Amino acid sequence: MEFYRPTSWREALEIRAAQPDALPITGGTDVMVELNFDRARPAALLDLTGVPEITGWSEREGQIQIGASMSYTAIIAELADRLPCLALAARTVGSPQIRNRGTAAGNLGAGSPAGDSHPPLLATGAKVHLESVRGSRELSIDQFYLGVKRTALEPDELIRSIEVPAARGPQQFAKIGTRNAMVIAVCSFAIALDAGSRTVGTGLGSAAPTPRQATDAQDFLAEALPWADRDPLAEELANRFGELVAAAAVPIDDVRGSARYRRHALAVLARRTLGWAWEEYRCA
Amino acid sequence: MRSRRKFEGRQPVSEQREQIGASRRTFLVGGLSAGAGLAGATMLGGSGTAVASQSTELAAAAAPPPDTRKITLTVNGQARTTDVDTRASLLDVLRERIGLTGTKKGCNQGACGACTILVDGDRTLACLTLAARYEQREITTIEGLAEGNRLHPVQQAFIERDGFQCGFCTSGQIVSAVGLLNERPDVPDAEIPELMSGNLCRCAAYPNITAAIRDARGEG
Repeated sequence: MEFYRPTSWREALEIRAAQPDALPITGGTDVMVELNFDRARPAALLDLTGVPEITGWSEREGQIQIGASMSYTAIIAELADRLPCLALAARTVGSPQIRNRGTAAGNLGAGSPAGDSHPPLLATGAKVHLESVRGSRELSIDQFYLGVKRTALEPDELIRSIEVPAARGPQQFAKIGTRNAMVIAVCSFAIALDAGSRTVGTGLGSAAPTPRQATDAQDFLAEALPWADRDPLAEELANRFGELVAAAAVPIDDVRGSARYRRHALAVLARRTLGWAWEEYRCA
Repeated sequence: MRSRRKFEGRQPVSEQREQIGASRRTFLVGGLSAGAGLAGATMLGGSGTAVASQSTELAAAAAPPPDTRKITLTVNGQARTTDVDTRASLLDVLRERIGLTGTKKGCNQGACGACTILVDGDRTLACLTLAARYEQREITTIEGLAEGNRLHPVQQAFIERDGFQCGFCTSGQIVSAVGLLNERPDVPDAEIPELMSGNLCRCAAYPNITAAIRDARGEG
């Protein structure tokens, strides 16, 4: 197996173009498991941790660019104020050891519907910056996921960064697992309120072949929330929101949970996170 | 063959032994001569076409040797140069090439924490790390914590608090605790379990492990 360790972004793109079957690796927390258990034998590995252009983050006009090799630990330490939802989700990833190495871009590359980064990225309307030697393009996050472990990434493309708007209102994330640490989500849910445009974003994890938004639930809530009066959250409204979120899910029965349980749990997570976010909005 | 003969029961046991012994010798001799033939052909530069082609087929059937790469790792302050398979995890290289077996292989998939090491001071799972990517990084394993005979304060606290039972997870627990106290020298009691959540202990020595970390806090 060939092992490439480019030291510039340009070099990384050239290797990717010349050898599309080279598997990109940053944190390695997914790729190494595949190698250790001989589930995958990639022709080559393309180690991106030596590429300086994709480390860290930058901000421009309220948009945060998260470099592809920025770890969850760094996201929690440096971006919790600007991207509270993503930081909340990052705190639930694996363990401190996993968070020191794992990256949000790696979650996107792996394309597992259970990845913890997906719900916050969907709820906040993130964009993915993809590049190849042919040029660059930008995809809205909901266009990136195509199926279970299938994404819109072309064979010669690499994820350069993820663009997430800085929070414009309260955001929440919740996840169900069999315990607090080191679990793959049974299901997860993220909500982002935009106090300026009075819109709502949602993201569902482990609820369908791809991570997805609950668009009907978002539209209903944006319309129904008492944005101006800041009234306490009406129970019927929260219940209806939960129902619409559950209706957006197409879960399966698997070792982690049944489809029926997942639908039920998503409605509960949706009501709870909405309650927390709305209280924060009212008190702001 | 042997069991059938046993049931027939016609031959004396001594004779059976003799026959089995003889056939084994025959096999060994035959095997040796075939091997010699192949080796001879190779050395003579393929004088016998049939034998030479047979040896080529044998070579083709075997898997090609893995790509290796000479790397230099800095482990516990010492430079270690070794040839490694490019797919090798740092865990396998530490244990099998460098001979530092204190770092344990529990799950080999990042779930148990037994292989926790420090890379430039960060807690890292050696099983989820390709060795070839960690040149020019400072790697610390359990073997690198004590100074001569003086144990690291976390090691001493684990002994005093009995922070283990079977001991398999212990080196990972101790290295993880050292990493945690680097990150948060004043970690509050309530946060220790969460910040040690990447290290499983199937003997459930958790109360003693957290007690040891509380003791070691502030002593690093």
